[in-house]
Amino acid sequence: MTANRLRKLKEWLIEKAILLSGIFSVVFVLLIFLFLLREGFSLFHGESVGDFLFGKSWYPISDPPRFGILPLILGSLLVTLGAAAISVPIGIAAALYIAEIAPGRLKEGLKAGIELLAAIPSVVIGFIGMITLGPWIKSLFNIPTGLTALTGSVTLAFMAMPTIVSIAEDAITAVPRQYREAAIAMGATKWQTTWRIVARAARPGMVAAVMLGIGRVIGETMAVMMVTGNAAVIPASFLQPVRTLTATIAAEMGESVQGGSHYAALFAIGIVLFVITFLINGVADIYLHRSRR
Amino acid sequence: MSPRLAQKIAFTVLLLATLLVVLPVIFILGIIVAKGASAISWEFLFSMPRDGMTAGGIFPAILGTLYLVLGAILFAVPLGVLAAVYLVEYSSDNWFSRLVKLAIVNLAGVPSVVYGLFGLGIFVTFFRFGASILSGSLTLGIMILPVIITSAREALESVPRHFRVVSLSLGASRWQTIRHSVLPHALPGILTGMILGLGRAAGETAPILFTVAAFYLPRLPQSVFDQTMALPYHLYVISTQVPGIAENVRYGTALVLLSLVLLLNLAAILLRSRFRRKKKW
Repeated sequence: MTANRLRKLKEWLIEKAILLSGIFSVVFVLLIFLFLLREGFSLFHGESVGDFLFGKSWYPISDPPRFGILPLILGSLLVTLGAAAISVPIGIAAALYIAEIAPGRLKEGLKAGIELLAAIPSVVIGFIGMITLGPWIKSLFNIPTGLTALTGSVTLAFMAMPTIVSIAEDAITAVPRQYREAAIAMGATKWQTTWRIVARAARPGMVAAVMLGIGRVIGETMAVMMVTGNAAVIPASFLQPVRTLTATIAAEMGESVQGGSHYAALFAIGIVLFVITFLINGVADIYLHRSRR
Repeated sequence: MSPRLAQKIAFTVLLLATLLVVLPVIFILGIIVAKGASAISWEFLFSMPRDGMTAGGIFPAILGTLYLVLGAILFAVPLGVLAAVYLVEYSSDNWFSRLVKLAIVNLAGVPSVVYGLFGLGIFVTFFRFGASILSGSLTLGIMILPVIITSAREALESVPRHFRVVSLSLGASRWQTIRHSVLPHALPGILTGMILGLGRAAGETAPILFTVAAFYLPRLPQSVFDQTMALPYHLYVISTQVPGIAENVRYGTALVLLSLVLLLNLAAILLRSRFRRKKKW
């Protein structure tokens, strides 16, 4: 009898631990936001939110310091747009090839290759971008430095592609067989079926894939810091150095004084990043659910 | 243009796009192996750095990364697997389980440098762990939690429902059913997620930047409250911060990091495909 009660107690404890673990994911998201606010909010005692978001100069260590992150937002935006322009068409095309055209063995091999690309640490991709792509872009355009927004876009495009390809491929594979059979039976070629029927049916999933790929690019830190040249000025072209939101945090946190306004400003940038990625992931999730239905 | 010709052209374009995605992997691997292999030696792997990191080895960075990854896994695997058990075995499709799923999606999307800020704010400063292996491991652990939960969920969901029904009908309790009839069959999938998490934690730099990573330390860490060097941060440091480091040392460091991460991922891919093929139901 006591053994039985002991067992019941043990199971009760385990079930509570399981429930608690489920709750923890929610708690962590809240904690991340709370601690960003806790460290970053003090900036807004001396600075308005408008000056912070739309201020044109980022001079964190001048006297008085200026904490306008518009150049950083535009830097992130430029690099992200460039990366999206490269990775979206290529990624969607590759997803169509892998899902619809590649024969069995090749398909498995390609999927493994894309998984490996996703696994390469960003610092390694940044290292290769810095050492091979940078000098190449420098001599190609005959510019003083090869570490530019364009270099960042190309590098980040390769980091977005695995996300885009694998999620788009899932969405394409999930399109019901009958759609294809019906189209083929009507006399459409395989390509007409793929492009006009399957790709169209998989569109919500593709939108989600693109959004998640862009989310990855905006949040990427090490690679972008190593290849974009890090100049916190409002960018005028793709061929000049830029500084992104993420790189600013990573590069400057070491020099900032804990509790100071520079330190708070870097956490405030963290809040901006958190909110942007939260929105992107939330919307992408809605599209993913739509595509599964 | 005839439809057949259009198809030919379209398929060729798609194939070229696919090659554009996959060939860089081969390019990156090739260039790192070609230029880094000459640096790899017993001394490089197992001795301390000397002469301002221009000579000697990278042992403290390798060891530091192993410590961090181990700590992250010890934290994330129990928590992640239990969370997956909650989602698959206990929760019904109500607002709370949807909230948990949304939280996991968002944890997966939080930028790595924001995890670094979070770790700095909560573990280093608030809990006063300082910049330490403990702070770094916990930060990495939370970062890889979504990877572990997602894989464990998939593994649990792939176990057929009738395994549970039979066990329950024989008088087993809910937990006994999960423990003896579900978890053993989900184990390979859970293991896959664990290995993927290991690989991710080993390669990330931004989360350890402010929570643990040291530029250079003359001795190995003695406790979980010590700072440590780590492979990805070391590669960043020697390729951007320290001038005059021989090229093959940089490539060699990249090679060690890349081998570690890719071997883990390859193991996960193989384990998963074997698991899928072996499944009899």
